[in-house]
Amino acid sequence: MKTFIKTLALGVTATAIAAPAMAQELSLWSWRQEDRAVYEELIAAFEAEHPEITVTFEAFEASSYATILSTALAGDSGPDLMMVRAYGAFEAVAGANYLMPLTEEDVPGLADMTAPAIAAQTLRADGKVYGVPFASQTMLVIYNKGIYEQLGLSEPQTWDELMANAQAVKDAGMYAFANGTATAWQNETIVSALTSSVVGSQFFDEIVAGTTDFTDPRYVSGLRHLQDISAYFPDGFTGLDYASSQQLFASGMAAMFAGGSFEIANFRAQNPDLEIGVFAAPGEAAEDEKLVGVFFDGGYAGNATTEHPEAVKAFLAYTATPEFGQVFANKLRNITPIAGVTLEDGLLNEIAELNRAAVPYIMLTNFRYEEPSGSVLLQAEVQKMLAGESTPEEAAEAVTAGIATYYAPFQD
Amino acid sequence: MPAPTSNGISRTPARTPRLRVSGRGLWITFLLVPPVVVMALFVIYPIFSALAYAFYDWQGLARGDFVGFANFEKVLFQQPFAATTWNAFKNNIFVFFALMIIQNGLGFILAYALWRDLPGARFHRIAVFLPVVLSTVIIGYVWKLFFHPIFGAVNQLLKAVGLGSLATPWLGDADTALNALIFVNAWAWVGFPTLVFLAGLQRIPSEILDAARMETDSELTLIRRVIWPLIAPSATVCFVLLFIGSFNWFELPYIMVGLDGSPYGNTDVLGLYFYRTAFGNQSAGIQDFGMGSALAVLMFLFIAVVATSWTIYLRKREIEV
Repeated sequence: MKTFIKTLALGVTATAIAAPAMAQELSLWSWRQEDRAVYEELIAAFEAEHPEITVTFEAFEASSYATILSTALAGDSGPDLMMVRAYGAFEAVAGANYLMPLTEEDVPGLADMTAPAIAAQTLRADGKVYGVPFASQTMLVIYNKGIYEQLGLSEPQTWDELMANAQAVKDAGMYAFANGTATAWQNETIVSALTSSVVGSQFFDEIVAGTTDFTDPRYVSGLRHLQDISAYFPDGFTGLDYASSQQLFASGMAAMFAGGSFEIANFRAQNPDLEIGVFAAPGEAAEDEKLVGVFFDGGYAGNATTEHPEAVKAFLAYTATPEFGQVFANKLRNITPIAGVTLEDGLLNEIAELNRAAVPYIMLTNFRYEEPSGSVLLQAEVQKMLAGESTPEEAAEAVTAGIATYYAPFQD
Repeated sequence: MPAPTSNGISRTPARTPRLRVSGRGLWITFLLVPPVVVMALFVIYPIFSALAYAFYDWQGLARGDFVGFANFEKVLFQQPFAATTWNAFKNNIFVFFALMIIQNGLGFILAYALWRDLPGARFHRIAVFLPVVLSTVIIGYVWKLFFHPIFGAVNQLLKAVGLGSLATPWLGDADTALNALIFVNAWAWVGFPTLVFLAGLQRIPSEILDAARMETDSELTLIRRVIWPLIAPSATVCFVLLFIGSFNWFELPYIMVGLDGSPYGNTDVLGLYFYRTAFGNQSAGIQDFGMGSALAVLMFLFIAVVATSWTIYLRKREIEV
């Protein structure tokens, strides 16, 4: 009897030790339940190449994903592979040493990505990359081509033309812009989508370098332009929330929506007949560079304590290959930072084209690491300014003062 | 332990009563253990762990160094956090007083009307309580639609009756947003104090009222001198629960105006500020468990201390009939 138990125990232990070597089972956590089918397709292609590895895709509700992930990681029951956010939210996970640092040897595709893409997945404290960035989003003006054609309008080349277009739409009894400011974060998107060109790329270089702050006349001028154009937002726009703005545009009641490229999929789903165009909001003069705001959504990362580090690296390397990018971009309609991917969607191509002249979506990319974040400040101050309760100068002053509480370059 | 006999019955005479006591004890234990475990696990443990969290610095989700009262100092005195805390606290106070007047006041008046069996009392007894049964999510969502600046029923109605100049983006206007939330809360919850006051009124013995009516003809005097003191226990319940509810206010503002207390902090309350600090507002900020826990501890202490002392004070003035 004793011998039997001993043999059994030995057998079980041996199987337990050998099993991982035979089949390496990896879990991949995501907040994109809606993308499950495409991920399963991508995983199947990977597994065909690596028969010894199986990857299981698990999705969680987006709004509670961060909490679920960090609780699991803290309790040592995290996944082998996971989607992580970018910038400040990324650092909350990466800074706690939960993620596996990645080199260009592990993930060769990283070498061909742009610096802003890599920066989104780099921990500032040690300069190491912990994730493979997967999609960029662009802040721009989305417009209803039908309305533009009907009124004989064309994509504006100067700020005055943009204002004139808006006036023409308003005169025709429609909403020029669908935007409202009741949902706080919408205030940040409209600043980037509408004023990047007016402010100019020089300012963004300087703010990143820490040689100027938001009271800079160029930034204040951007806010003033925003204030001017808000005259073409719907009546009562201070009470108009995000969902209502989306509906106004998707239903064809408004000619323009200043916001993120991530809106397009939703607009198309809500109203397949809607003909959508995009442009970068222009600067004062036609020759001013037309700029959009860009940020990266997140990345794929590996668990630092995974039992299968090599398999994890193999999968992450795969997420940076053109084969992966091709499916990811065309099936999920995203703009990928992977080099050498051709986009089938005309509109996405156009956005990728606009991305060549881009400035960072600054509060997220550079000032969302400490509290009060630049986003928290800007959102409230713009909301206040557009409600007519403060001036652009006061808004810029308040944003700068808030960031200055922890950011040294703003303190003198 | 005495050995049982072959038929299984103990011969020890003392055993029977002892068994009864321990059986009863077992029964009580059986009933008490589940709630005690649940309370300990989901109430007491979180409160104490929040208390502990509040004394640490947090790097995202990793607990950093012990920092003593630094988080408390930050939320109470360090700008710009302190400004947000005090603004939220001020709004909580406003909400409490406004609801005391509107919700509890109206609740009493309605209860009185129902008690006096005014016409339609049977119908209204149900109608008034109906919104209390509805989920806050539904109420918040529906009223958000009513207050919609373009399609909302409220503005449409104002325009239809020629009061279009009064139409405003109710939830987006700094002057009206918090008041609109208070109105919706009162609309939804007025049935609760009504029910509690009505129960109190129905408990008043009719002899007392008959005797009182012989002394005075004035309904107001009757209410002030006889009825109000006699329903003091109901008032205690309504006041204290409203106090706790006002300072824990979260669901309705969260659903109707979002996590940020839009517009620019005018509807911000401690519950919202706590939530977005502790758990992070994905589209604006990052999470800070330490500061969030400090806020939670302060809210808990404030509510516990004030609610307890107020209850003791209110109990003292209650009269048993």
